[in-house]
Amino acid sequence: MSRNTEPGRSAMVASGHLEILKPGMLSQLQDVGRIGALRYGVSHSGVMDPYSAAWANRLVRNRMDAPLIEVALGGLQLRAAQDTWLAIAGAAIPAYLDGREVDGWSRFLMREGQVLSLGFAAQGQRAYIAVQGGFVVEPVLGSTATHQRNRLGGPDGSGSPLQRGNLLPCVADAAAFRSSASAQWQQRTDFTTTPVLRVLLGGDALRFAEDQRARFFDTHWEVSRDSDRMGVRLHHDMPLQEIPTRTLSLGITPGTIQIPPSGNPIVLMSDCQTMGGYPVLGWLHPLDRGRLAQVPARQTVRFVASDIETLQTDMQRFADFFAVLP
Amino acid sequence: MTQVIAPRIEPAGVDAVLISFDAAPGAQLSSRIVGCANRIEAALGDVVLDRVPGWNTLLIHYDFSRVKFHQLRVILTPLIERWQSDTDDEGEQRAAIQHHLMPVWYCGEDLAMVASAAGLSVAEVIQAHASAEYFVGAVGFAPGFAYMGGLDERLMLPRRATPRTAVPQGSVAITEGQTSIYPEQSPGGWHLLGRCPLKLYDVARTPPGRFSVGDRVSFAPISEQQFNALSGHWQWCPEPSLMQDDGLSGGNNES
Repeated sequence: MSRNTEPGRSAMVASGHLEILKPGMLSQLQDVGRIGALRYGVSHSGVMDPYSAAWANRLVRNRMDAPLIEVALGGLQLRAAQDTWLAIAGAAIPAYLDGREVDGWSRFLMREGQVLSLGFAAQGQRAYIAVQGGFVVEPVLGSTATHQRNRLGGPDGSGSPLQRGNLLPCVADAAAFRSSASAQWQQRTDFTTTPVLRVLLGGDALRFAEDQRARFFDTHWEVSRDSDRMGVRLHHDMPLQEIPTRTLSLGITPGTIQIPPSGNPIVLMSDCQTMGGYPVLGWLHPLDRGRLAQVPARQTVRFVASDIETLQTDMQRFADFFAVLP
Repeated sequence: MTQVIAPRIEPAGVDAVLISFDAAPGAQLSSRIVGCANRIEAALGDVVLDRVPGWNTLLIHYDFSRVKFHQLRVILTPLIERWQSDTDDEGEQRAAIQHHLMPVWYCGEDLAMVASAAGLSVAEVIQAHASAEYFVGAVGFAPGFAYMGGLDERLMLPRRATPRTAVPQGSVAITEGQTSIYPEQSPGGWHLLGRCPLKLYDVARTPPGRFSVGDRVSFAPISEQQFNALSGHWQWCPEPSLMQDDGLSGGNNES
C-alpha cells in the first residue's frame, strides 16, 4: 500500500494519555510498518491484519498509517486520563467500558477515569484499538511499529510490548465527534468462515512438480500452534513432496509462502526476517494475509490462485477507500 | 565480465518485483546487482521504496499506487537489457563500492576446532582468515548482519550440527564459503573465530547499517587491549604500520 510521509504521525502535540493497567496476552503499538531499512536487515513489522487496523483508525477519522494498539487474544485493560474517543475493530473480543459492553467495529467516547477491559477472543485472534488523533510516539526508522526481536519501535522505541504502567500519549479532543459510529455489517470481516486465501504463484513454484502445486491448492491446511508474528506454520498429515532445494537466500516479505523440506508451508508474517533460504512458492494477497493472522491454531485454511492485477487493483481500492475519511 | 543471461522479472507480492539472475554468485555478480539496483533507482526515483539484493536476486519494493506491475515491467525490461550489454557499469560500481577494514581479536571458541578440522595451526587459520578480501553478498538474518563471500577454501566447514543458543555480540564467524560478524547476541550455527569490537548497526545513524551488498571487507588482527579500547565504537582509525605489516588489501573508508 502507498505510504505517505507527510507530517501527521507525530506532528500532533499530545494533550493526554491512556494508561495501560494490564497488557493482556500480547499487546503492542503498531502501524503500517517500516520500509527503507530492509536493505540493512531491519524487518518490515507492522499490523498483522491491515484491514481491521485500517477500520479502527477510520472510525476515529485517523489516517490509516496512524499508530494504534494491536491486541492479541485479549486481556488488555486501560484507563483514560481525559475524555477521549476510541475505536475497536478486528477479532470478536468482548470489550467493557466500566463494565458496560461496547460494540465491536465501532467508536465510543471514553470518559476521564473510565476503564476499558477486554475479555478474550471468541472469533479471530487480533483486535485493534485506535485513539482519535493517533498515539503521539516518536517513530524509529520511519515507523512506530513494535518489533521485539529487532528491538525497535513501541512507546519508547525499544521494541517492548505494552506493559502495565505505560502511559500512551494521545491528542484528547472530546468534541471530535458528536456520536458513536460503526462499520456496516457487510464491511466487517466474518471470522467464522474457513478462509480461502489468494496466492500469486512465483519464485520457485515452477520447480515443484505440477501435481504438488495442485495438492497445495487442494489441501485443507491446519494452522499450527507454533505460529507467531514471524510466520504462520501450516500442517497436513500428507505434506507436499519432492521439495526442490534452494541454495541461495533471497529477499522475503510478509506474505511470502515458503516450503521447507518438511513440505508443510510457512506463510511469513509481519515480523519475518528480510532474507530467507527456503524455496518460495508464491506470495499471499495482503488482505488475505490479514485474514490468516486471525485464524486460531488447529483451524484450517485453503489457497486459491490469483494474479498481480487482482492484487494491485484490490489494494489500490483498499488504499483509496481508507484515504478518504468519512 | 560476468555473463548474465536475461534475468527473470516477476511480481513478488503486491508491492515488490523479484529479479533473478542466472549467473554464478560471486564478487562480480554482487557488484553487478548493485549496479542494476542503482540504475533502477535512478530511473524510478522515489517510486522505489527499498531494495533487498541477494546473492543472485534483487528484490525491489515500489509504490504501486504510482506504477503498476505491468508498467514497471515495461520500464525495467529495456533498462536491464542496457545494463546487461553495458560494460562501463563495472568501473562505475568499483568507484562507489565501500571498503571496510574490521578489527578482530582472534579469541574465538572454535579456533582450535577449525584448525584441527582444516589441518592447520591456529596461527595459520588466523592468517588465512585475515589475509583474504571478502565481498558482501547479502544482508539479512538480523539488522546489520552481512553474509560475506570469499573465504579461504581450506576453512570451509559445514554449519554446527546444533546451533548455539547465544552467540556473543561481535562474534566473527565462518561457515561454508562465508564469513560474518554477529551485530547482536543471537542464536547461530557458525564457527566462532574471534570478536569485533565495533558497532555494526545503530538506528540513530543514517544509514543504520554499516554493510551494503557489493562492499569489500578485510579483517585486521588486534589484541585484547585494543579490543577493550574499541568496544562499542563505530569508527576505527588503524595505525598505518598495522596495515603494512599484515599486507592487507583494501583501505578504510571511515578514517
